[in-house]
Amino acid sequence: MIYLKLFISFLKIGAFSFGGGYAAMPLIESEVVSTHHWLSAAEFGDLITISQMTPGPIAINSATFVGIRIAGVFGAVAATLGCILPALILVTVIAWLYMKYRKLSMLQSILAVLRPAVVAMIAISGVKILMQAFGLNEMTIESIRLHMVVIFIVCMVLLIKYNKNPIFVMAFAGVMNLVYNILKF
Amino acid sequence: MNKKVLINLFLSTLYLSAFTFGGGYVIVTLMKNKFVDECHWIEEDEMLDLVAIAQSAPGAIAVNGAIVVGYKLAGIIGVLVATVATVIPPFIIISIISVFYTLFRENRFIAYILDGMQAGVGAVIASVSIQMGFDIVKANRISSIIMATVFVLSLYFKINIIYIILLCIFIGVIKTLVQAGKKAV
Repeated sequence: MIYLKLFISFLKIGAFSFGGGYAAMPLIESEVVSTHHWLSAAEFGDLITISQMTPGPIAINSATFVGIRIAGVFGAVAATLGCILPALILVTVIAWLYMKYRKLSMLQSILAVLRPAVVAMIAISGVKILMQAFGLNEMTIESIRLHMVVIFIVCMVLLIKYNKNPIFVMAFAGVMNLVYNILKF
Repeated sequence: MNKKVLINLFLSTLYLSAFTFGGGYVIVTLMKNKFVDECHWIEEDEMLDLVAIAQSAPGAIAVNGAIVVGYKLAGIIGVLVATVATVIPPFIIISIISVFYTLFRENRFIAYILDGMQAGVGAVIASVSIQMGFDIVKANRISSIIMATVFVLSLYFKINIIYIILLCIFIGVIKTLVQAGKKAV
């Protein structure tokens, strides 16, 4: 039965994709393209492009995309459920343990070490997005996109000085780039 | 009270998930903005602990983040409410796009807006990281060193996040044992 196959396949993806996002990509590829032939390699490439262009985790996007193409909306539901079920159980259990035992001195000192590490990881995710946005990944002068740097600075001022809503700032950044590109031609 | 929290949790996670362009850390940053700074439902330290939990389990950080925040605010019902709300936006968006995807992919205006949003997303993450980074630096020197070390290890040496978390746990355990030893002497 196709619903069960989709469910189990994405259950595996959900259970073994540590590190989120791009770490999950090879696993999704092997299940969806190599093992089950639900998508061709080209379609998988399209899926990744669409995932980058839209909100939402890549695993959830893949589950919906593959599910709907193979077995319609119910296929998408089955695949998505499979994808989130492992995290739903495991993360809830860890959160419960945390709430119960966080007063313990051992856990306290582990968390004290983890907190600054988490701040660093959040900062790194920002650095990576900005490197990509500014065109710094290619390491050539021509690839640097100055208008993106300007948009970034405007956004920082809006966020820090004027305390604007982050979602408004993100959307505004998109509009600024659209206007820039229209004026350029 | 409880019903109000659930409705607010549902609407907030739904809204935040619709704007998680650029990976899971964006939603974590937006959640911190919403639940720590705006609603004051979670403390900053606790939020960092929750992010660490979200990260140490398999699955997408956005979904795991919703699970831990949901659990913290309203237990198991909170988990279900937050998870469903987080999955709905990508589910609907991908379902629609999977039908029109060639059209969507080739639309230049959409591409410009999404491209520009990267700079905005980077700015949102940067502003939150700067604020949390300052809090850490003010708190104590050891935390600042941990933050800087993790930043370098992960960004330049590309050490997997899982190993960094395990290392932090190890350091925390050693610290507790050393302190316990001192007390015994």
